[in-house]
Amino acid sequence: MLRLACGVLLLAAVTIFTTSPATADGNGGVQTPSIFAPVSTPAYAIRELTWIVLVITGAIFLVVAGLTVYAITRFRRRQGDDGREPPQVYGSLQIELAWTVVPILIVVVLFLVTTRYIFAIEGRPPVPEALEVTIVGHQWWWEIRYPKLGIVTANELHVPVSDPAHPTPTFITLQSADVIHSFWIPQLAGKMDVVPNKTNRIWIDPQKPGGYVGQCAEYCGLQHAGMLLIVAVQSKEDFEKWAAQQQAPARNDAGVQAGRELFSSLACINCHAVRGTTANGVFGPDLTHLMSRRTIGAGVIQNTPENIRSWIDDPASLKPGALMPAMKLSREDLDKVTAYLLALR
Amino acid sequence: MSVLADTMAGRRGAGAHRPLLAVLHEWVVTVDHKRLGVMYVVSGLAFLLVAGLEASTMRLQLVWSGLHVVPPGTFNRLFTMHGTTMVFLVGIPIVFGFANYLVPLMIGARDLAFPRLNAFGFWAFLFGGLLLHFSFVGGEGLYGGGSAPDVGWFAYAPLTGRAFSPGNSTDYWNLSILVMGFGTVATSINLIVTTLAMRCPGMTLGRLPVYVWMMLVVSGMTVIALPPLSAAQIMLLLDRFLGAHFFDTQAGGSAVMWQHFFWFFGHPEVYILMVPGFAFVSEIIPVFSRKVIFGYPMVVAASMAIGLLSMSVWAHHMFAVGMGSPLNAAFAASTMLIAVPTGIKIFNWVATMYGGRIRFATPMLFACAFLFQFLCAGLTGIMLAVVPFNWQVTDTYFVVAHFHYVLVGGLVFTIFGAIYYWFPKVTGRLLSERLGRWHFWLFVVGFNVTFLPMHWLGMIGMPRRIYTYPADRGWEFWNVVASLGVAFQAAAILVFLVNVVLALRRGERAGDDPWDAWTLEWSTASPPPPYNFETVPVVGSRRPLWDLKHPDDPDGPHE
Repeated sequence: MLRLACGVLLLAAVTIFTTSPATADGNGGVQTPSIFAPVSTPAYAIRELTWIVLVITGAIFLVVAGLTVYAITRFRRRQGDDGREPPQVYGSLQIELAWTVVPILIVVVLFLVTTRYIFAIEGRPPVPEALEVTIVGHQWWWEIRYPKLGIVTANELHVPVSDPAHPTPTFITLQSADVIHSFWIPQLAGKMDVVPNKTNRIWIDPQKPGGYVGQCAEYCGLQHAGMLLIVAVQSKEDFEKWAAQQQAPARNDAGVQAGRELFSSLACINCHAVRGTTANGVFGPDLTHLMSRRTIGAGVIQNTPENIRSWIDDPASLKPGALMPAMKLSREDLDKVTAYLLALR
Repeated sequence: MSVLADTMAGRRGAGAHRPLLAVLHEWVVTVDHKRLGVMYVVSGLAFLLVAGLEASTMRLQLVWSGLHVVPPGTFNRLFTMHGTTMVFLVGIPIVFGFANYLVPLMIGARDLAFPRLNAFGFWAFLFGGLLLHFSFVGGEGLYGGGSAPDVGWFAYAPLTGRAFSPGNSTDYWNLSILVMGFGTVATSINLIVTTLAMRCPGMTLGRLPVYVWMMLVVSGMTVIALPPLSAAQIMLLLDRFLGAHFFDTQAGGSAVMWQHFFWFFGHPEVYILMVPGFAFVSEIIPVFSRKVIFGYPMVVAASMAIGLLSMSVWAHHMFAVGMGSPLNAAFAASTMLIAVPTGIKIFNWVATMYGGRIRFATPMLFACAFLFQFLCAGLTGIMLAVVPFNWQVTDTYFVVAHFHYVLVGGLVFTIFGAIYYWFPKVTGRLLSERLGRWHFWLFVVGFNVTFLPMHWLGMIGMPRRIYTYPADRGWEFWNVVASLGVAFQAAAILVFLVNVVLALRRGERAGDDPWDAWTLEWSTASPPPPYNFETVPVVGSRRPLWDLKHPDDPDGPHE
């Protein structure tokens, strides 16, 4: 059993060092959100702490498992055993005291280390340069608001890269519209629950541009698995360009006038907002710049014209349980609404 | 069947042909602690098969990304039912079933203090369990498809509120556990009173077998920890049916309060399940090492320390809730502290083996595997107490791996060890050692192949409770490995069942004391007669049978 355990451990260790999780845009490639591939201060700190703890617990494992293996092999009953009982040892105060005190000392050290990291990570005050973002968890998608920039988007968080010399961290306020969710991008920070009636805060300062994936980490109902999140870390210029584009009102493309009118006349506007139009619903994602996003349905499918069309037709066929109803539009109307949405760049 | 029934009634060989109905009637109306104990364990094992099937289905669904073995809703019901069943319908009845059977025998009593209360406890548990499973056909009210609970085994508010959980599936979860809770508390009180008041002459508290001491601690923990859960469940009932707002966040209720209530039960519950595992190996290891347990006072004191500390660690399930740094640090401290008495026990067991003449019969094999696996579980437990690391891996497969190392690698392994150890006492027949070895090795391999990779899966970002996952995350390989292990585990369980059936039909006669053991249950017949002991025994040490076998070197003077 032990040999097997060692084998699997070894295999795991090899994988740690051989698979370097892709942190780039991950187009087509594997993108593993490993806690051992951090790019932001809290995640760096946690990796450091993880190694400390792994070394300590690993050493304890070796000592205790070693002693146990020794006792098991050395004192097994051998062939030709005379059947006499071995000497009975009832206990030893000194030995027992030793194996009580030593673990207590280890625990004290571990506790002090842990506390230092807790306060270092949770105690960081926001700086004036920090970007403020509010993220609201919904069944089963993320609403992302930039209160100072006047931007509302969904499921794809854009933040500027943070230079360690002149950090521009992002402070995130977490709220929930319904049940408990949990915000987790392993390469950026540990997770923080998103609790109704409670406001939580978390911060990140990603130091390498790229796309980082994560997903809801607290079971939140039927589509808990379909509540993915992407963080796009951009250079300052790219981020500003993105922000300016998001701040612009919705495009008013004359070619999709029919679709726009249809959209405004349907139940779509009860839940969705398109800034600058009558659509001002708050239950679903803001669609003002829908086509600037890579995915729809909180990351479950790519944002392509065919997918948009199927989604409007029947969201549950792509994401069973999604709270948006099937719109039951005629083929023609479906084309019109799809064309309108495709124009929302 | 009839062999089991007859042996249980102490009628070896005599009157083998009784009508089935009469036999069943005897079992239904019995207040005998031994029969109730057997019924607890047998129904617990039946539920284990159900929960195992649920888990296997989930592993099948997760082999690759994007599979459609079961729809998402069903997957959510499966993990809810698997967790609820394993904790409340497998763990609790089996550990209390063993205590039911063994405590009176070990302390030289003729039954528990309140035999009728004992029967009430068992039937409350069984009806609770059946009620929970009735939800498979009746969750939405018997029309439409059935629906079992789908809120997770810790049923976090406000997902359990009327707004997010319409229909009755959550009520099945709530009511069935409430019913079982009453039964479990009744049984715990019974065990406490029995242990304190019904010991045979000479059996001072200082001479209680370690098993009995530990079950005393477990019963105490249960009496303290279970009522808060029942209280919270009644609040949830009020929320759902009378419009109260305890956990209704849309009307100002608190979601976090449910978590405090639940984990104030839920963490002691882990020890309520784990300490009986310690208790089993504390009996098995000395007997098969042929040595007295090393440091009896320390082992007992450590158990009591665990019982006390277990009440102060609950919020380590909530490090990601946003409790603030001071509370996070406080619960990290208490959680790390509880590792100390737990570690002490491992040292005591190893020291017991040290210098012994270890015989690797099947119970001892399970106890040894327990030592390694529980060591892993304890160490990942300490890792999880390191709050910032916990922020990363809580609610991931790392936690799934951790608690399966605790509850399967720890508890289920010791339960199998205990079954192999006490089966001859209960039935008068020995389980086959050959099949026992097959069972053991298949299970060790299967268990570790399934759960070891899960630690890694959690660290590379896979959350728990997802019915599928994107293909580009790099999680598939380890999921395949984990699912492969299930085949070995299933084979192991099959071998075990065959072993039990064969042993009941034509197992080797066990005799009173097949393991040359030292506690009182081995001094009476196998199976024990309804009155347990012909004459009430009188004991003079912690190992009364050692004293009998070694009159030249009794234990008394060493204690």
